[in-house]
Amino acid sequence: MTQTIQKPAPGRVKKTVPSKGLPTWLLGLFGIIGFLGIWELMPALGLVKAKYLPPASEVLVALVGDFGLTAFWVAVGHTMLAWAIGLAVAVLTALVLGLVIGMSPFLRRATNSTIEFLRPIPSVALIPLAVLLFGVKIESSLLLIIYACFWQVLIQVLYGVADVDNVAMQTAKSYGFSYLQQIRDVIFPTMLPYLMTGIRLAASVALILAITAELIIGSDGLGKEIALAQSGGAIAGMYALIVATGLLGLAINVITRIVEKRILAWHPSVRGEVVS
Amino acid sequence: MKFLKTLGYLLGLPIILIAWWWIATSGEPNFFVPTPVQLFETFIETWIGDRILTDVLPSVMRLVIGLGIAIVLGIVLGLAVGLNRTVRAVTEPVFEFFRALPPPVLVPVLMLLVGINDGMKIAVIIFGCVWPVLLNTIEGVRSIDSVQTETSKSYGLSGFNRIRYQVLPSSTPTIMAGIRQSLSIGLILMVISEMFASSSGLGFTIVQFQRSFAVPEMWSGIVVLGLIGVALSFIFQWCERRVLRWYHGLKEVENAV
Repeated sequence: MTQTIQKPAPGRVKKTVPSKGLPTWLLGLFGIIGFLGIWELMPALGLVKAKYLPPASEVLVALVGDFGLTAFWVAVGHTMLAWAIGLAVAVLTALVLGLVIGMSPFLRRATNSTIEFLRPIPSVALIPLAVLLFGVKIESSLLLIIYACFWQVLIQVLYGVADVDNVAMQTAKSYGFSYLQQIRDVIFPTMLPYLMTGIRLAASVALILAITAELIIGSDGLGKEIALAQSGGAIAGMYALIVATGLLGLAINVITRIVEKRILAWHPSVRGEVVS
Repeated sequence: MKFLKTLGYLLGLPIILIAWWWIATSGEPNFFVPTPVQLFETFIETWIGDRILTDVLPSVMRLVIGLGIAIVLGIVLGLAVGLNRTVRAVTEPVFEFFRALPPPVLVPVLMLLVGINDGMKIAVIIFGCVWPVLLNTIEGVRSIDSVQTETSKSYGLSGFNRIRYQVLPSSTPTIMAGIRQSLSIGLILMVISEMFASSSGLGFTIVQFQRSFAVPEMWSGIVVLGLIGVALSFIFQWCERRVLRWYHGLKEVENAV
Protein backbone atom coordinates (compact mmCIF):
# COMPACT_ATOMS: atom_id res chain seq x y z
CA MET A 1 0.00 0.00 0.00
CA THR A 2 3.02 2.22 0.11
CA GLN A 3 3.50 1.85 -3.62
CA THR A 4 3.59 5.25 -5.12
CA ILE A 5 3.36 5.27 -8.83
CA GLN A 6 6.37 7.22 -9.86
CA LYS A 7 6.58 9.16 -13.02
CA PRO A 8 10.10 8.63 -14.22
CA ALA A 9 12.10 11.79 -14.40
CA PRO A 10 13.12 12.37 -18.01
CA GLY A 11 16.79 12.07 -17.19
CA ARG A 12 16.27 8.74 -15.51
CA VAL A 13 14.97 6.84 -18.51
CA LYS A 14 17.88 7.83 -20.65
CA LYS A 15 20.37 6.84 -18.02
CA THR A 16 19.29 3.23 -17.73
CA VAL A 17 19.48 2.64 -21.45
CA PRO A 18 23.15 2.00 -22.08
CA SER A 19 23.20 4.45 -24.93
CA LYS A 20 26.93 4.90 -25.04
CA GLY A 21 29.10 1.93 -25.80
CA LEU A 22 27.97 -1.58 -26.50
CA PRO A 23 24.55 -3.10 -25.86
CA THR A 24 24.10 -5.04 -22.62
CA TRP A 25 23.64 -8.45 -24.19
CA LEU A 26 26.91 -8.11 -26.11
CA LEU A 27 28.78 -7.19 -22.92
CA GLY A 28 27.16 -10.20 -21.25
CA LEU A 29 28.31 -12.39 -24.10
CA PHE A 30 31.86 -11.06 -23.66
CA GLY A 31 31.56 -12.00 -19.99
CA ILE A 32 30.57 -15.56 -20.81
CA ILE A 33 33.33 -15.91 -23.41
CA GLY A 34 35.84 -14.46 -20.96
CA PHE A 35 34.74 -16.88 -18.27
CA LEU A 36 35.02 -19.87 -20.60
CA GLY A 37 38.44 -18.58 -21.70
CA ILE A 38 39.73 -18.43 -18.14
CA TRP A 39 38.35 -21.90 -17.49
CA GLU A 40 40.06 -23.17 -20.66
CA LEU A 41 43.38 -21.64 -19.65
CA MET A 42 43.45 -22.78 -16.02
CA PRO A 43 44.29 -26.43 -16.68
CA ALA A 44 46.39 -25.50 -19.74
CA LEU A 45 48.65 -23.25 -17.66
CA GLY A 46 48.87 -25.88 -14.96
CA LEU A 47 47.05 -23.85 -12.31
CA VAL A 48 44.74 -26.79 -11.72
CA LYS A 49 45.37 -30.38 -12.73
CA ALA A 50 43.49 -31.20 -15.94
CA LYS A 51 42.55 -34.46 -14.26
CA TYR A 52 40.46 -32.53 -11.74
CA LEU A 53 39.27 -29.63 -13.88
CA PRO A 54 39.13 -30.52 -17.56
CA PRO A 55 39.28 -27.54 -19.97
CA ALA A 56 35.98 -25.90 -20.88
CA SER A 57 36.12 -27.17 -24.46
CA GLU A 58 36.26 -30.79 -23.32
CA VAL A 59 33.33 -30.30 -20.92
CA LEU A 60 31.24 -28.53 -23.55
CA VAL A 61 31.85 -31.35 -26.02
CA ALA A 62 30.71 -33.83 -23.37
CA LEU A 63 27.64 -31.67 -22.71
CA VAL A 64 26.69 -31.59 -26.38
CA GLY A 65 27.22 -35.36 -26.44
CA ASP A 66 24.84 -35.69 -23.49
CA PHE A 67 22.16 -33.78 -25.38
CA GLY A 68 22.12 -36.62 -27.91
CA LEU A 69 21.61 -39.35 -25.32
CA THR A 70 18.21 -40.67 -24.32
CA ALA A 71 19.51 -41.55 -20.85
CA PHE A 72 20.34 -37.89 -20.24
CA TRP A 73 16.83 -36.73 -21.11
CA VAL A 74 15.32 -39.52 -19.02
CA ALA A 75 17.35 -38.27 -16.04
CA VAL A 76 16.22 -34.69 -16.74
CA GLY A 77 12.66 -35.98 -16.93
CA HIS A 78 12.94 -37.67 -13.52
CA THR A 79 14.35 -34.53 -11.94
CA MET A 80 11.71 -32.28 -13.48
CA LEU A 81 8.89 -34.63 -12.51
CA ALA A 82 9.89 -34.51 -8.83
CA TRP A 83 10.35 -30.75 -9.17
CA ALA A 84 6.92 -30.18 -10.70
CA ILE A 85 4.93 -32.43 -8.36
CA GLY A 86 6.71 -31.17 -5.26
CA LEU A 87 6.32 -27.53 -6.22
CA ALA A 88 2.65 -27.92 -7.13
CA VAL A 89 1.74 -29.69 -3.89
CA ALA A 90 3.70 -27.18 -1.80
CA VAL A 91 2.18 -24.15 -3.52
CA LEU A 92 -1.40 -25.42 -3.29
CA THR A 93 -1.25 -26.42 0.37
CA ALA A 94 0.64 -23.26 1.34
CA LEU A 95 -1.83 -21.07 -0.54
CA VAL A 96 -4.90 -22.62 1.09
CA LEU A 97 -3.42 -22.71 4.59
CA GLY A 98 -1.95 -19.23 4.17
CA LEU A 99 -5.34 -17.79 3.27
CA VAL A 100 -7.08 -19.54 6.16
CA ILE A 101 -4.44 -18.48 8.70
CA GLY A 102 -3.89 -15.02 7.24
CA MET A 103 -7.55 -14.03 7.26
CA SER A 104 -8.02 -14.80 10.94
CA PRO A 105 -6.11 -12.58 13.38
CA PHE A 106 -6.54 -15.25 16.04
CA LEU A 107 -4.99 -18.01 13.94
CA ARG A 108 -2.21 -15.70 12.82
CA ARG A 109 -1.16 -15.02 16.38
CA ALA A 110 -1.64 -18.60 17.50
CA THR A 111 0.40 -20.15 14.70
CA ASN A 112 3.18 -17.57 14.64
CA SER A 113 5.52 -19.26 17.11
CA THR A 114 5.08 -22.69 15.51
CA ILE A 115 5.73 -21.36 12.01
CA GLU A 116 8.77 -19.39 13.10
CA PHE A 117 10.10 -22.53 14.76
CA LEU A 118 9.46 -25.01 11.93
CA ARG A 119 10.46 -22.76 9.06
CA PRO A 120 14.20 -22.56 9.62
CA ILE A 121 14.61 -26.32 10.06
CA PRO A 122 16.75 -27.28 7.07
CA SER A 123 14.90 -29.73 4.88
CA VAL A 124 18.06 -31.77 4.31
CA ALA A 125 17.76 -32.73 7.96
CA LEU A 126 14.86 -34.88 6.77
CA ILE A 127 17.07 -36.86 4.39
CA PRO A 128 17.66 -39.75 6.84
CA LEU A 129 13.94 -39.91 7.58
CA ALA A 130 13.08 -39.91 3.89
CA VAL A 131 15.53 -42.74 3.28
CA LEU A 132 14.04 -44.80 6.10
CA LEU A 133 10.47 -44.18 5.01
CA PHE A 134 10.68 -44.32 1.23
CA GLY A 135 14.13 -45.54 0.23
CA VAL A 136 15.38 -44.40 -3.18
CA LYS A 137 11.95 -43.66 -4.61
CA ILE A 138 10.63 -40.33 -5.84
CA GLU A 139 8.66 -39.92 -2.59
CA SER A 140 11.93 -39.19 -0.79
CA SER A 141 12.63 -36.26 -3.08
CA LEU A 142 9.05 -35.09 -2.76
CA LEU A 143 9.17 -35.06 1.04
CA LEU A 144 12.20 -32.76 0.99
CA ILE A 145 10.93 -30.53 -1.81
CA ILE A 146 7.47 -30.07 -0.33
CA TYR A 147 8.81 -29.31 3.14
CA ALA A 148 11.25 -26.70 1.87
CA CYS A 149 8.92 -25.01 -0.61
CA PHE A 150 5.89 -24.98 1.64
CA TRP A 151 7.40 -22.42 4.04
CA GLN A 152 8.69 -20.21 1.25
CA VAL A 153 5.21 -19.85 -0.19
CA LEU A 154 3.32 -19.80 3.12
CA ILE A 155 5.33 -16.87 4.48
CA GLN A 156 4.80 -14.87 1.31
CA VAL A 157 1.05 -15.57 1.32
CA LEU A 158 0.84 -14.48 4.98
CA TYR A 159 2.72 -11.25 4.18
CA GLY A 160 0.43 -10.72 1.20
CA VAL A 161 -2.76 -11.15 3.20
CA ALA A 162 -1.40 -8.88 5.94
CA ASP A 163 -0.75 -6.21 3.32
CA VAL A 164 -4.42 -5.99 2.28
CA ASP A 165 -5.69 -2.45 2.61
CA ASN A 166 -7.90 -2.07 5.67
CA VAL A 167 -10.26 0.40 4.04
CA ALA A 168 -10.75 -1.86 1.03
CA MET A 169 -11.48 -4.78 3.32
CA GLN A 170 -13.97 -2.80 5.40
CA THR A 171 -15.65 -1.57 2.23
CA ALA A 172 -15.96 -5.11 0.91
CA LYS A 173 -17.41 -6.24 4.21
CA SER A 174 -19.94 -3.41 4.37
CA TYR A 175 -21.01 -4.25 0.81
CA GLY A 176 -21.79 -7.72 2.17
CA PHE A 177 -19.11 -9.60 0.21
CA SER A 178 -19.07 -13.30 1.02
CA TYR A 179 -15.90 -15.01 2.25
CA LEU A 180 -15.07 -16.22 -1.26
CA GLN A 181 -15.78 -12.84 -2.82
CA GLN A 182 -13.50 -11.19 -0.28
CA ILE A 183 -10.74 -13.58 -1.21
CA ARG A 184 -11.26 -13.23 -4.95
CA ASP A 185 -11.77 -9.50 -5.25
CA VAL A 186 -9.90 -7.94 -2.34
CA ILE A 187 -7.26 -10.28 -0.99
CA PHE A 188 -6.14 -12.05 -4.12
CA PRO A 189 -5.06 -8.97 -6.11
CA THR A 190 -3.00 -7.67 -3.18
CA MET A 191 -1.55 -11.05 -2.40
CA LEU A 192 -0.66 -12.05 -5.95
CA PRO A 193 2.73 -10.27 -6.18
CA TYR A 194 3.76 -11.84 -2.87
CA LEU A 195 2.53 -15.24 -4.02
CA MET A 196 4.49 -14.95 -7.26
CA THR A 197 7.65 -14.04 -5.35
CA GLY A 198 7.08 -17.09 -3.16
CA ILE A 199 6.61 -19.35 -6.18
CA ARG A 200 9.69 -17.93 -7.90
CA LEU A 201 11.85 -18.60 -4.83
CA ALA A 202 10.26 -22.00 -4.27
CA ALA A 203 10.88 -23.01 -7.89
CA SER A 204 14.64 -22.71 -7.50
CA VAL A 205 14.62 -24.21 -4.01
CA ALA A 206 12.68 -27.19 -5.38
CA LEU A 207 15.36 -27.78 -8.01
CA ILE A 208 18.13 -27.57 -5.41
CA LEU A 209 16.42 -30.19 -3.26
CA ALA A 210 15.49 -32.43 -6.17
CA ILE A 211 19.15 -32.54 -7.23
CA THR A 212 20.33 -32.91 -3.61
CA ALA A 213 18.00 -35.83 -2.95
CA GLU A 214 19.20 -37.58 -6.10
CA LEU A 215 22.83 -36.87 -5.28
CA ILE A 216 22.71 -38.15 -1.72
CA ILE A 217 19.81 -40.58 -1.54
CA GLY A 218 20.29 -41.86 -5.06
CA SER A 219 16.79 -41.57 -6.47
CA ASP A 220 16.72 -41.37 -10.27
CA GLY A 221 17.62 -38.09 -11.93
CA LEU A 222 20.47 -35.73 -12.81
CA GLY A 223 21.89 -35.71 -9.28
CA LYS A 224 22.30 -39.47 -9.32
CA GLU A 225 24.03 -39.26 -12.70
CA ILE A 226 26.46 -36.71 -11.27
CA ALA A 227 27.26 -39.00 -8.34
CA LEU A 228 27.71 -41.93 -10.73
CA ALA A 229 29.97 -39.94 -13.07
CA GLN A 230 32.09 -38.83 -10.14
CA SER A 231 32.52 -42.25 -8.61
CA GLY A 232 33.14 -43.69 -12.07
CA GLY A 233 35.93 -41.20 -12.74
CA ALA A 234 34.19 -39.65 -15.76
CA ILE A 235 35.27 -36.18 -14.71
CA ALA A 236 34.45 -34.31 -17.91
CA GLY A 237 31.07 -36.04 -17.93
CA MET A 238 30.48 -34.95 -14.34
CA TYR A 239 31.25 -31.32 -15.17
CA ALA A 240 28.99 -31.54 -18.21
CA LEU A 241 26.11 -32.74 -16.04
CA ILE A 242 26.78 -29.99 -13.50
CA VAL A 243 26.68 -27.37 -16.25
CA ALA A 244 23.42 -28.99 -17.40
CA THR A 245 21.88 -28.56 -13.92
CA GLY A 246 23.01 -24.93 -13.95
CA LEU A 247 21.33 -24.41 -17.32
CA LEU A 248 18.19 -26.07 -15.98
CA GLY A 249 18.21 -23.74 -12.98
CA LEU A 250 18.73 -20.77 -15.28
CA ALA A 251 15.82 -21.86 -17.46
CA ILE A 252 13.56 -22.16 -14.41
CA ASN A 253 14.59 -18.69 -13.23
CA VAL A 254 13.98 -17.10 -16.60
CA ILE A 255 10.62 -18.81 -17.10
CA THR A 256 9.31 -17.93 -13.64
CA ARG A 257 10.40 -14.32 -14.16
CA ILE A 258 8.59 -14.13 -17.49
CA VAL A 259 5.45 -15.71 -16.03
CA GLU A 260 5.62 -13.34 -13.06
CA LYS A 261 5.90 -10.34 -15.35
CA ARG A 262 3.01 -11.52 -17.51
CA ILE A 263 0.70 -12.21 -14.59
CA LEU A 264 1.61 -9.00 -12.78
CA ALA A 265 1.68 -6.75 -15.84
CA TRP A 266 -0.99 -4.57 -14.22
CA HIS A 267 0.93 -4.16 -10.96
CA PRO A 268 2.85 -0.92 -10.22
CA SER A 269 6.01 -2.79 -9.28
CA VAL A 270 6.20 -4.41 -12.70
CA ARG A 271 4.97 -1.37 -14.58
CA GLY A 272 7.78 0.52 -12.89
CA GLU A 273 10.31 -2.08 -13.93
CA VAL A 274 9.35 -1.77 -17.56
CA VAL A 275 10.14 1.91 -17.44
CA SER A 276 13.40 1.89 -15.56
CA MET B 1 -3.34 -10.77 32.12
CA LYS B 2 -1.87 -9.46 28.91
CA PHE B 3 1.30 -11.43 29.58
CA LEU B 4 -0.69 -14.63 30.05
CA LYS B 5 -2.51 -14.03 26.79
CA THR B 6 0.76 -13.56 24.90
CA LEU B 7 2.14 -16.70 26.51
CA GLY B 8 -0.98 -18.60 25.52
CA TYR B 9 -0.61 -17.53 21.91
CA LEU B 10 3.08 -18.39 21.98
CA LEU B 11 2.79 -21.85 23.51
CA GLY B 12 -0.79 -22.90 22.76
CA LEU B 13 -0.31 -24.53 19.41
CA PRO B 14 3.05 -26.17 20.23
CA ILE B 15 1.50 -27.74 23.34
CA ILE B 16 -1.47 -29.02 21.34
CA LEU B 17 0.85 -30.48 18.71
CA ILE B 18 3.08 -32.20 21.25
CA ALA B 19 0.04 -33.59 23.09
CA TRP B 20 -1.29 -34.91 19.80
CA TRP B 21 2.09 -36.48 18.99
CA TRP B 22 2.17 -38.02 22.46
CA ILE B 23 -1.29 -39.55 22.20
CA ALA B 24 -0.68 -40.78 18.66
CA THR B 25 2.58 -42.54 19.52
CA SER B 26 1.86 -43.85 23.00
CA GLY B 27 -0.92 -46.22 21.94
CA GLU B 28 1.05 -48.62 19.83
CA PRO B 29 4.82 -48.25 19.51
CA ASN B 30 5.81 -47.07 16.04
CA PHE B 31 9.25 -48.02 14.79
CA PHE B 32 9.69 -44.80 12.84
CA VAL B 33 8.40 -42.29 15.36
CA PRO B 34 9.60 -42.23 18.97
CA THR B 35 7.40 -40.85 21.75
CA PRO B 36 8.21 -37.36 23.05
CA VAL B 37 9.68 -38.74 26.29
CA GLN B 38 11.82 -41.24 24.44
CA LEU B 39 13.06 -38.53 22.08
CA PHE B 40 13.84 -36.17 24.94
CA GLU B 41 15.81 -38.82 26.82
CA THR B 42 17.72 -39.86 23.72
CA PHE B 43 18.45 -36.24 22.93
CA ILE B 44 20.04 -35.67 26.33
CA GLU B 45 21.94 -38.95 26.20
CA THR B 46 23.20 -38.48 22.68
CA TRP B 47 24.03 -34.82 22.44
CA ILE B 48 24.84 -33.52 25.91
CA GLY B 49 28.45 -34.49 26.45
CA ASP B 50 31.33 -35.23 24.11
CA ARG B 51 29.31 -34.97 20.93
CA ILE B 52 28.88 -31.23 21.32
CA LEU B 53 32.63 -30.84 21.12
CA THR B 54 33.36 -33.49 18.49
CA ASP B 55 30.43 -33.07 16.12
CA VAL B 56 28.27 -30.03 16.74
CA LEU B 57 30.90 -27.40 17.40
CA PRO B 58 33.13 -28.18 14.38
CA SER B 59 30.08 -28.15 12.11
CA VAL B 60 28.85 -24.84 13.47
CA MET B 61 32.33 -23.34 13.26
CA ARG B 62 32.62 -24.28 9.60
CA LEU B 63 29.19 -22.81 8.97
CA VAL B 64 30.02 -19.54 10.73
CA ILE B 65 33.39 -19.14 9.00
CA GLY B 66 31.94 -20.00 5.59
CA LEU B 67 28.97 -17.68 6.00
CA GLY B 68 31.13 -14.84 7.31
CA ILE B 69 33.54 -15.00 4.39
CA ALA B 70 30.68 -15.37 1.89
CA ILE B 71 28.83 -12.33 3.26
CA VAL B 72 31.91 -10.07 3.28
CA LEU B 73 33.00 -11.28 -0.14
CA GLY B 74 29.49 -10.89 -1.55
CA ILE B 75 29.09 -7.33 -0.31
CA VAL B 76 32.56 -6.16 -1.37
CA LEU B 77 32.35 -7.73 -4.83
CA GLY B 78 28.74 -6.62 -5.16
CA LEU B 79 29.68 -3.00 -4.49
CA ALA B 80 32.58 -3.19 -6.93
CA VAL B 81 30.44 -4.70 -9.67
CA GLY B 82 27.25 -2.79 -8.94
CA LEU B 83 28.81 0.66 -9.09
CA ASN B 84 30.14 0.18 -12.61
CA ARG B 85 27.60 -0.34 -15.34
CA THR B 86 29.97 -1.98 -17.82
CA VAL B 87 31.37 -4.44 -15.30
CA ARG B 88 27.83 -5.24 -14.26
CA ALA B 89 26.73 -5.99 -17.82
CA VAL B 90 29.79 -8.16 -18.47
CA THR B 91 29.52 -10.24 -15.31
CA GLU B 92 25.76 -10.56 -14.94
CA PRO B 93 25.10 -13.66 -17.12
CA VAL B 94 27.99 -15.58 -15.56
CA PHE B 95 26.88 -14.70 -12.04
CA GLU B 96 23.28 -15.63 -12.84
CA PHE B 97 24.50 -19.01 -14.04
CA PHE B 98 26.37 -19.63 -10.81
CA ARG B 99 23.39 -18.62 -8.78
CA ALA B 100 21.15 -20.97 -10.75
CA LEU B 101 23.57 -23.84 -10.17
CA PRO B 102 22.18 -25.98 -7.34
CA PRO B 103 24.91 -25.53 -4.68
CA PRO B 104 25.00 -29.20 -3.58
CA VAL B 105 26.49 -30.25 -6.94
CA LEU B 106 29.57 -28.30 -5.92
CA VAL B 107 30.36 -30.86 -3.25
CA PRO B 108 31.68 -33.49 -5.68
CA VAL B 109 33.59 -30.81 -7.62
CA LEU B 110 35.29 -29.32 -4.60
CA MET B 111 35.98 -32.80 -3.28
CA LEU B 112 38.12 -33.25 -6.38
CA LEU B 113 39.72 -29.81 -6.41
CA VAL B 114 40.35 -29.25 -2.71
CA GLY B 115 40.29 -32.79 -1.36
CA ILE B 116 38.26 -34.11 1.52
CA ASN B 117 38.97 -31.83 4.48
CA ASP B 118 37.62 -28.88 6.43
CA GLY B 119 38.75 -26.51 3.68
CA MET B 120 36.49 -28.27 1.21
CA LYS B 121 33.48 -27.94 3.48
CA ILE B 122 34.10 -24.26 4.10
CA ALA B 123 34.71 -23.71 0.39
CA VAL B 124 31.39 -25.38 -0.44
CA ILE B 125 29.59 -23.10 2.02
CA ILE B 126 31.31 -19.98 0.68
CA PHE B 127 30.66 -20.93 -2.91
CA GLY B 128 27.00 -21.61 -2.29
CA CYS B 129 26.27 -18.63 -0.05
CA VAL B 130 28.13 -15.89 -1.87
CA TRP B 131 25.73 -15.63 -4.84
CA PRO B 132 22.55 -14.48 -3.10
CA VAL B 133 24.54 -11.83 -1.20
CA LEU B 134 26.50 -10.78 -4.28
CA LEU B 135 23.52 -10.54 -6.62
CA ASN B 136 21.34 -8.81 -4.05
CA THR B 137 24.08 -6.28 -3.36
CA ILE B 138 24.38 -5.56 -7.09
CA GLU B 139 20.61 -5.25 -7.29
CA GLY B 140 20.56 -2.95 -4.25
CA VAL B 141 23.27 -0.72 -5.66
CA ARG B 142 21.58 -0.66 -9.05
CA SER B 143 18.24 0.47 -7.69
CA ILE B 144 19.58 3.38 -5.67
CA ASP B 145 17.45 6.45 -6.10
CA SER B 146 19.09 8.66 -8.70
CA VAL B 147 17.94 11.82 -6.95
CA GLN B 148 19.85 10.66 -3.88
CA THR B 149 22.93 10.02 -5.97
CA GLU B 150 22.78 13.46 -7.48
CA THR B 151 22.23 15.03 -4.08
CA SER B 152 25.21 13.28 -2.59
CA LYS B 153 27.29 14.24 -5.58
CA SER B 154 26.34 17.87 -5.26
CA TYR B 155 27.33 17.72 -1.60
CA GLY B 156 30.71 16.52 -2.79
CA LEU B 157 30.42 13.01 -1.42
CA SER B 158 32.54 10.66 -3.44
CA GLY B 159 34.60 7.54 -3.26
CA PHE B 160 34.62 5.81 0.09
CA ASN B 161 32.38 8.38 1.75
CA ARG B 162 29.67 7.98 -0.84
CA ILE B 163 29.73 4.21 -0.35
CA ARG B 164 29.67 4.59 3.42
CA TYR B 165 26.93 7.22 3.67
CA GLN B 166 24.78 6.71 0.61
CA VAL B 167 25.33 3.44 -1.27
CA LEU B 168 25.57 1.04 1.65
CA PRO B 169 22.63 2.38 3.67
CA SER B 170 20.24 2.49 0.74
CA SER B 171 21.11 -1.02 -0.40
CA THR B 172 21.07 -2.60 3.07
CA PRO B 173 17.45 -3.84 2.92
CA THR B 174 18.20 -5.76 -0.29
CA ILE B 175 21.53 -7.01 1.06
CA MET B 176 19.83 -8.29 4.20
CA ALA B 177 17.32 -10.18 2.06
CA GLY B 178 20.24 -11.83 0.30
CA ILE B 179 21.91 -12.74 3.58
CA ARG B 180 18.69 -14.31 4.79
CA GLN B 181 18.62 -16.56 1.72
CA SER B 182 22.27 -17.48 2.13
CA LEU B 183 21.72 -18.55 5.76
CA SER B 184 19.45 -21.42 4.82
CA ILE B 185 21.66 -22.39 1.89
CA GLY B 186 24.66 -22.41 4.22
CA LEU B 187 22.94 -24.71 6.68
CA ILE B 188 21.92 -27.07 3.88
CA LEU B 189 25.48 -27.15 2.56
CA MET B 190 26.96 -27.68 6.01
CA VAL B 191 24.89 -30.84 6.40
CA ILE B 192 25.38 -32.10 2.85
CA SER B 193 29.14 -31.61 2.75
CA GLU B 194 29.32 -33.78 5.86
CA MET B 195 26.95 -36.41 4.54
CA PHE B 196 29.16 -36.98 1.54
CA ALA B 197 32.63 -37.81 2.62
CA SER B 198 33.44 -37.23 6.19
CA SER B 199 34.20 -38.96 9.43
CA SER B 200 32.76 -36.39 11.80
CA GLY B 201 30.21 -33.65 11.95
CA LEU B 202 26.48 -33.48 12.37
CA GLY B 203 25.54 -34.65 8.89
CA PHE B 204 27.84 -37.65 9.16
CA THR B 205 26.55 -38.65 12.59
CA ILE B 206 22.91 -38.44 11.57
CA VAL B 207 23.45 -40.57 8.48
CA GLN B 208 25.37 -43.01 10.66
CA PHE B 209 22.38 -43.31 13.01
CA GLN B 210 20.02 -43.82 10.09
CA ARG B 211 22.18 -46.57 8.58
CA SER B 212 22.28 -48.43 11.88
CA PHE B 213 18.52 -47.97 12.31
CA ALA B 214 19.01 -46.03 15.54
CA VAL B 215 15.76 -44.21 14.91
CA PRO B 216 15.36 -42.16 18.13
CA GLU B 217 19.00 -41.05 17.85
CA MET B 218 18.42 -40.08 14.24
CA TRP B 219 15.40 -38.00 15.24
CA SER B 220 17.40 -36.33 17.98
CA GLY B 221 19.97 -35.36 15.35
CA ILE B 222 17.23 -33.85 13.22
CA VAL B 223 16.16 -31.88 16.30
CA VAL B 224 19.73 -30.57 16.73
CA LEU B 225 19.76 -29.36 13.11
CA GLY B 226 16.38 -27.77 13.68
CA LEU B 227 17.61 -25.98 16.78
CA ILE B 228 20.65 -24.66 14.90
CA GLY B 229 18.37 -23.43 12.14
CA VAL B 230 16.07 -21.71 14.60
CA ALA B 231 19.01 -20.16 16.48
CA LEU B 232 20.50 -18.82 13.24
CA SER B 233 17.20 -17.32 12.22
CA PHE B 234 16.74 -15.62 15.60
CA ILE B 235 20.27 -14.20 15.54
CA PHE B 236 19.66 -12.95 12.03
CA GLN B 237 16.34 -11.35 12.95
CA TRP B 238 17.98 -9.61 15.87
CA CYS B 239 20.79 -8.27 13.67
CA GLU B 240 18.34 -7.27 10.96
CA ARG B 241 16.23 -5.30 13.42
CA ARG B 242 19.28 -3.40 14.58
CA VAL B 243 20.75 -2.79 11.15
CA LEU B 244 17.45 -1.85 9.55
CA ARG B 245 15.89 0.00 12.47
CA TRP B 246 15.79 3.25 10.51
CA TYR B 247 14.23 1.43 7.56
CA HIS B 248 11.43 -0.20 9.52
CA GLY B 249 10.78 3.14 11.21
CA LEU B 250 10.53 4.75 7.81
CA LYS B 251 8.10 2.09 6.60
CA GLU B 252 5.91 2.56 9.65
CA VAL B 253 5.72 6.26 8.98
CA GLU B 254 4.82 5.61 5.35
CA ASN B 255 2.18 3.08 6.35
CA ALA B 256 0.63 5.43 8.84
CA VAL B 257 -0.06 8.04 6.17
